[in-house]
Amino acid sequence: MIKNISAWLSHGVLAASVAASNAAWAVNDLPGGPAVRQLNLQPAATKIAEEQGWLHWFMLIICTVIFVAVFGVMFYSIFKHRKSLGYKPATFHESVKVEIAWTVVPFIIVILMALPATKAVVAQKDTSNADLTIKATGYQWKWGYDYLKGEGEGIGFVSTLDNEHREISNSGAKGVQIENYLLKVDNPLVVPVNKKVRIITTANDVIHAFAVPAFGVKQDAIPGFVRDTWFRAEKTGDFYGQCQELCGKEHAYMPIHVKVVSAEDYSKWVAEQQKAMAAKMDDPNKVWTLDEIAKRGEKVYAANCAACHQPNGKGAGPIKALDGSAVVLDSDKAKQIKVLLNGQANGAMPAWKQLSDTDIAAVITYTKNNWSNKTGQLVQPAEIKASR
Amino acid sequence: MSAVLDPHGHVAGDHGHDDHHGAPHGWRRWVFATNHKDIGTLYLLFAFAMLMIGGVLALLIRAELFQPGLQLVNPDLFNQLTTMHGLIMVFGAIMPAFVGFANWMIPLQIGASDMAFARMNNFSFWLMIPAAAMLAGSFFMPGGAPAAGWTLYAPLTLQMGPSMDAGIFAMHILGASSIMGSINIIVTILNMRAPGMTLMKMPMFVWTWLITAYLLIAVMPVLAGAITMTLTDRHFGTTFFNPAGGGDPVMYQHIFWFFGHPEVYIMILPAFGIISHIVPAFARKKLFGYASMVYATASIAILSFIVWAHHMYATGMPVTGQLFFMYATMLISVPTGVKVFNWIATMWRGSMTFETPMLFAVGFIFVFTMGGFTGLICSMAPIDTQIQDTYYVVAHFHYVLVAGSLFAMFAGFYYWVPKWTGVMYNETRGKIHFWMTLISFNVTFFPMHFLGLAGMPRRYADYPMQLADFNALASVGAFVFGFTQVFFFLFVVLPTMRGHGEKAPQKPWEAAEGLEWEVPSPAPFHTFENPPKLDATATRVIG
Repeated sequence: MIKNISAWLSHGVLAASVAASNAAWAVNDLPGGPAVRQLNLQPAATKIAEEQGWLHWFMLIICTVIFVAVFGVMFYSIFKHRKSLGYKPATFHESVKVEIAWTVVPFIIVILMALPATKAVVAQKDTSNADLTIKATGYQWKWGYDYLKGEGEGIGFVSTLDNEHREISNSGAKGVQIENYLLKVDNPLVVPVNKKVRIITTANDVIHAFAVPAFGVKQDAIPGFVRDTWFRAEKTGDFYGQCQELCGKEHAYMPIHVKVVSAEDYSKWVAEQQKAMAAKMDDPNKVWTLDEIAKRGEKVYAANCAACHQPNGKGAGPIKALDGSAVVLDSDKAKQIKVLLNGQANGAMPAWKQLSDTDIAAVITYTKNNWSNKTGQLVQPAEIKASR
Repeated sequence: MSAVLDPHGHVAGDHGHDDHHGAPHGWRRWVFATNHKDIGTLYLLFAFAMLMIGGVLALLIRAELFQPGLQLVNPDLFNQLTTMHGLIMVFGAIMPAFVGFANWMIPLQIGASDMAFARMNNFSFWLMIPAAAMLAGSFFMPGGAPAAGWTLYAPLTLQMGPSMDAGIFAMHILGASSIMGSINIIVTILNMRAPGMTLMKMPMFVWTWLITAYLLIAVMPVLAGAITMTLTDRHFGTTFFNPAGGGDPVMYQHIFWFFGHPEVYIMILPAFGIISHIVPAFARKKLFGYASMVYATASIAILSFIVWAHHMYATGMPVTGQLFFMYATMLISVPTGVKVFNWIATMWRGSMTFETPMLFAVGFIFVFTMGGFTGLICSMAPIDTQIQDTYYVVAHFHYVLVAGSLFAMFAGFYYWVPKWTGVMYNETRGKIHFWMTLISFNVTFFPMHFLGLAGMPRRYADYPMQLADFNALASVGAFVFGFTQVFFFLFVVLPTMRGHGEKAPQKPWEAAEGLEWEVPSPAPFHTFENPPKLDATATRVIG
């Protein structure tokens, strides 16, 4: 801790001195994401976002004009009506006419502001007649996407922050310049351009929020409930967002990456996904060897478990260690299977029943035979299937 | 000798009345305090201590965000810091500080001898100590402090460790203390005014506190209900907010914000009252529209009950719901505008001087209005879709809570400290405090508007590298702001409390009006033991 602070101090002084020249963080703008020292909203990629940008300018201009007018009067008074200039105080006060005027005029201005805003609200809320419907499920801490209706129906995958970025964050991100820092995911959400995409949000554990600034969408993902929003992207390219509702420890590490592609590219992507899905379908009755399944488990562990339990299996703070854990070492395999299927400690350890039987079997086998854990136990997918 | 540390030199009696019981001495004076002035002092010192604790948490947050990557804290501790910063500042610093002002000033301003319930007054203060200790001490409980945000949204609260229960208990106690304080204030104001002080002759600070006290009584039980349901969800098998048992997490937000939105007016209305005294005093001109100020305050209080869901546009409510809450929210800008126009009309063609109280009052009007305008921008549901839960909102509410409530309290401190301690503060130091505070405040929070527009979510321990420069700037500003407040305590507050400084006359401000200036400085331990006779305006004692 002390070492960290002193390192931070020396770095801090350095960074502060060069902050003006921006030499320390010479990172470029990220198209579809934030720009360096950006002053206004991100460039719009949908009509709705354009409308929001217009409304923001409209409000900003009206407010600035009022601000300058009102405070112009105040500062004129502050400079002219001073005792030091020998100004004698007037005695006027109470004027019903003036009071009515400065109540009615702002009221009218407010109504004028409300008119375009109302139009935008109604447009934003109209999720009917979508070409493609996708369910976005918030998990602690990743996004699950399921294509429910339209081209690509049946595709489903999980989208997680690149583990390397998470590691860089933990180690202080010193001396690195990454354009898509904390925004890079393994599987981006792919959608076709110029098609109305309806996003249905829900969550598995706590409230998350699905947000993509360039599309002008932000919708909370609420466990046990479904809500929806929509966008029609008018440009192809990559667009980025982040979870916008506090969802626990890794809140800052569950980005949203939307890849907007042409209709042909989208069809191609759908065909590829469907082929890959068919190939990936595991036979839950397949009997695996220890080596084979442990290797698979290592990948499952890195994607789902390492963020909390750490790659070395030691856990951190309230997160329990797996290395040397009594439950993991127990000869009764059912104990660990139960924890993975149902979660533990009020969801602090979430349930993982959304993973396939093979994945759960693989990750349990992996933890039982890695680090100092050498049980030699092998869990088969069929055992998971039986415990569900 | 009320706010002065050494109890000797007690001025005997006011207006020649008998002074049969003098100030108690030693620790008993504070622990058994029933005198409104002593309790006011205790409240103010307590609030300042909490401001410092909450400030340290804020600086830890800003230190972590100084550059991308995690350098000082892990993300879990980061969430604890943001949560506790919010809870401590709202419930520990701002609210008790205004109660401190109320204790000191309301009896003096209405010509009452003390608060109506002196022992309950003592109890409501001393309840806060264990609550604050429990709140601040939650960092040392297993699993650390609550990390679900100061809004304590379900179902994240279900995942918190035992400190969440300590936090809920602490807030229950603080709420009980607030309710007792409010009842005391309402009863004092309605029953103990000097003869001749009709409601529409009451000082603005008394009016704003009367309305605030009603708001507190209306909404603190709502908060207690929300957190009690959270508690039973956590431990007794209920599922009010837990979807796993048919509960609704959004219901929590409705209940919380039904408390939370009036709460923001609880934290700003007394500030409006303080400013409404200072501006006329230093403009040497009467408040332009006293009656309309009273009506505006009442309108804001009433409207504050029907706008809560503008905090929840992103939860996904029906289009009619969004429109209703948008219109109602925009409407609040009308009475708020009336207040700002009134202050400026009061300054217009006055004969102004700019001692520190007036500087802070003008600073308040200027910077608070910026927060008001960003509030109007946030109220527009389509724009809010972009900025909800981003740093834009963080900037907005710090403009109204720091530049609003805190600036007004600084203004009030400089305005009334001669009355409290009997000595003048050091004007040069006051001016240094003002300019440093104003500049560092804007350096800290103005860039946050840009961060929010760029999409940086709040409560993030780490962020994309394009956002580094504005974050670094905000962090530098925050540290200057923090150290400026330490300067304020050491070089302005402490000297006045020790009685160092020029002796203050009974009425140090040429055109100040009100009964507090009719008693000597420092205000004697007992004032207005017999109801004073007032003139027609109820601002002077005539016998």
